[in-house]
Amino acid sequence: MTSIKTPSTERPTPPDSTPAAALHTGTSDLRALVLNNLRQSGIYVALVVIVALFAILTDGVSLSPGNITNIVLQYSYILVLAIGMVILIIGGHIDLSVGSVVALTGAVSAVLVIQQGYPWWVGVLAALAVGVAVGAWHGFWVAYAGIPAFIVTLAGMLLFRGLTLRVLDNISLSPFPAEYQRVAAGFLNGLLGGQGFDAFTLLIGAVAVAGYAVSGFRTRVARIRYQQPVESFPLFVARVAVVGAVIMYFAWQLAHARGLPIVLIILAVLVLVYGLLTRRTVFGRQVYAIGGNLSAAALSGVKVRTVNFWMFVNMGFLAAVAGVIYSSRSNGAQPAAGNMFELDAIAAAFIGGAAVTGGVGTVVGAMVGGLIMAVMSNGMQLMGVDQSTQSVVKGLVLLVAVAFDVYNKRRAGTAR
Amino acid sequence: MDDTILEMRRITKTFPGVTALEDVTLSVRRGEIHAICGENGAGKSTLMKVLSGVHPTGSYDGEILFDGKPVQFRGIRDSEANGIVIIHQELALVPHLSIAENIFLGNERRGRSGLIDWNRANAEAAQLLASVGLRENPVTPVIQLGVGKQQLVEIAKALSKKVRLLILDEPTAALNDIDSAHLLDLLRQLRDRGITCIMISHKLNEITAIADSTTVIRDGRAVETLDMRADDVTQQRIIRGMVGRDLDSFYPDRVSSPGEEVLRIEDWTVRHPVQDRMVVEGVGLSVRAGEVVGIAGLMGAGRTELAMSVFGRSYGRHIRGRLFVRGREVHAGTVAEAIDNGIAYVTEDRKRYGLNLIDDVRRNVSAAALDRLSRLGWVNGNEEIKVAEASRREMNIRAPSVMAVVGKLSGGNQQKVVLSKWLFTDPDVLILDEPTRGIDVGAKYEIYTIINRLVAEGKAVIVISSELPELLGMCDRVYTLAAGRITGEMPVGEATQESLMELMTKDKELVG
Repeated sequence: MTSIKTPSTERPTPPDSTPAAALHTGTSDLRALVLNNLRQSGIYVALVVIVALFAILTDGVSLSPGNITNIVLQYSYILVLAIGMVILIIGGHIDLSVGSVVALTGAVSAVLVIQQGYPWWVGVLAALAVGVAVGAWHGFWVAYAGIPAFIVTLAGMLLFRGLTLRVLDNISLSPFPAEYQRVAAGFLNGLLGGQGFDAFTLLIGAVAVAGYAVSGFRTRVARIRYQQPVESFPLFVARVAVVGAVIMYFAWQLAHARGLPIVLIILAVLVLVYGLLTRRTVFGRQVYAIGGNLSAAALSGVKVRTVNFWMFVNMGFLAAVAGVIYSSRSNGAQPAAGNMFELDAIAAAFIGGAAVTGGVGTVVGAMVGGLIMAVMSNGMQLMGVDQSTQSVVKGLVLLVAVAFDVYNKRRAGTAR
Repeated sequence: MDDTILEMRRITKTFPGVTALEDVTLSVRRGEIHAICGENGAGKSTLMKVLSGVHPTGSYDGEILFDGKPVQFRGIRDSEANGIVIIHQELALVPHLSIAENIFLGNERRGRSGLIDWNRANAEAAQLLASVGLRENPVTPVIQLGVGKQQLVEIAKALSKKVRLLILDEPTAALNDIDSAHLLDLLRQLRDRGITCIMISHKLNEITAIADSTTVIRDGRAVETLDMRADDVTQQRIIRGMVGRDLDSFYPDRVSSPGEEVLRIEDWTVRHPVQDRMVVEGVGLSVRAGEVVGIAGLMGAGRTELAMSVFGRSYGRHIRGRLFVRGREVHAGTVAEAIDNGIAYVTEDRKRYGLNLIDDVRRNVSAAALDRLSRLGWVNGNEEIKVAEASRREMNIRAPSVMAVVGKLSGGNQQKVVLSKWLFTDPDVLILDEPTRGIDVGAKYEIYTIINRLVAEGKAVIVISSELPELLGMCDRVYTLAAGRITGEMPVGEATQESLMELMTKDKELVG
């Protein structure tokens, strides 16, 4: 061996990443710290601002119990679609066909339940099966035939709209039996009684808060055990308190309206499952890896085709879930159902911080993005703003949100 | 002719939080080739950006005198108007435009009507191409040219701007030896025509061969300027300036004790993925535990293609041949199977094929062996951080934390992340494709040390490299590859650069 050390050891090496060291941000970097956090939480701030703005503009009507329930019922299917969409966008794909698939799955369900008289659950299962089949179709063409998703799903958009018309024979079908309607319009209430409000809803809210606090605490303990940086304890308590307060306020408002919507339970389960799926599983990691650098992922042993295929199957499944919710809510199937839903879902993902180039995005971000759109649409409807203005405002918000994101990334790139 | 064309006086340039240049003074004589060298991140490129106006006047302290007159550049246009042209490491040509269109881009040859006079442009382009020794039709799209020829187009473009001071940032980094030699020749010719050159380079043999003076920059300061004509300046001497002391040897010593055979391929044949030709033909080679085997070959010899086809058939069609791992024949038809069989391939192009640049160190390190960190498909994120932290310490990856985004690390540190990723798959044999390309001397030494450590642990290593001294310094045995065929194999003790080069260029007789 040589007597010489490597030249680099001369430079100060960064301190080992003890919690204190990794959190090292001198006071001079306070501005950077704030900017950094603003970048990450900008979208939450935007949601709060928009909620507050419409609360003021509508004299509090937008925050009334009845209206909050309405927002949940009205936009749930967009949020369900946005979950699948953001996963595709992270993987570097897109799906333009989901609106048509929502229509097709709803139509299949309607034909079976309304025309043929099968029980409600047969309709639901059939719709889900059709959705999965559609997803497999798209997945085959994208993953195995190598056709860009934009083209495949553009074709799918036309194809499945046409099949919807065939299935429905160009007419609308309605009404669904009461059980089927409960999927989107039903509530869980009165299970525990309560005077003027629903105690069960509050209980579920409390369970959710407790779950959030416990899982947050366990993560924190594990991170400390692995000597990872964590936020200071007061900050942690404050975060749990704020989130808890928001959930309980929300539950309180629901409890004073009609109770806990079944749709909200479906949505909450989906967000929880897919949130974990994207962050904690090998599959989720592989989606990010493919979107971030396809070649590098392939050369790391990621089975790119398989992962791409299942991403689309998943999207088809979620489109079917949205189709069931939508047909249930509209109490029937129409040939034009689900028109332009894909654009709302895509917008939600991008407002929620997903990157056009892939590799970046979160399920929770897409949910917040979807809620921003929902609160805006709903607020403007309450104010009686006409359709044309609503469309203009939504378009501008999408543009500004993505522009803000791009601007931030550029700043982050040069500020180092 | 010792008059000074350029003087940069007391240049200080700071970025938020870092001082990139501190009190740097540089003086360049008219008509010389002036090399600038230093480790990655020493401030060479920043200095050139100050000079060319990429960092405009006012964003730095100090003054620049060109031809004895103080100049203030607000942008590249100002510096180009003075005849200062910079050619960046990443070439700035538009792939689908023709050579002539690229040469006159932003500087179009207009006729009287105000429209572009293509006849004139193509004719002038042809003259410029002749002056740089490039025999191509000016209407050829640039995408059809190799990197070496594209470099020449860049120089022709500079000449079209009436260049007086040409700055080249690592001009030979992506070139093979023959193209490099050609380029260096051209620089000499330009010097004879009175064009002053500033050349940033990592390749010390080129600097000693061509430069008239060399300025060494270290940690944002100009350490010294060596007169290459007067003094007997050796590579060792320059290295001492770059790292602040002598490096006894580029290559750390290693006791070699090869064990049993780990990997063997026989009669390996690969077809080009789209064209109808063989890229690798009838190749056989083997590597033993605790052995470093080199593959020497010029660009286009099929080195990377051979490696990637072995690594889970990730390149080419109709791959035929037999692959043995520890004496057992395996069929690694996918990358995942290759990894399972203990093969790891570290790519030559880490940015395109090695890393997810927008993700952090942690997830890049774990990317190829997530199954080792997961149970039933669930990743243990904390264990993952622990693994990444261990890599960061062992490999001396200089990143603020394992959460740092890989795209922001220096080339040497990125390379260590790629290595960490593959070491975490716990391979038996590592195929390293140009493991030290584009990284500085210090980081190179660290990579060599890591290779030695792996070999000492009993792993088998195959090194593919364009730098013959590197192969001679690192390997136990070297194969030469030419036009997809093995043309020679010898213990490193019997090999010289000349003998290897002879075997590497043997293809002409063979294929004719």
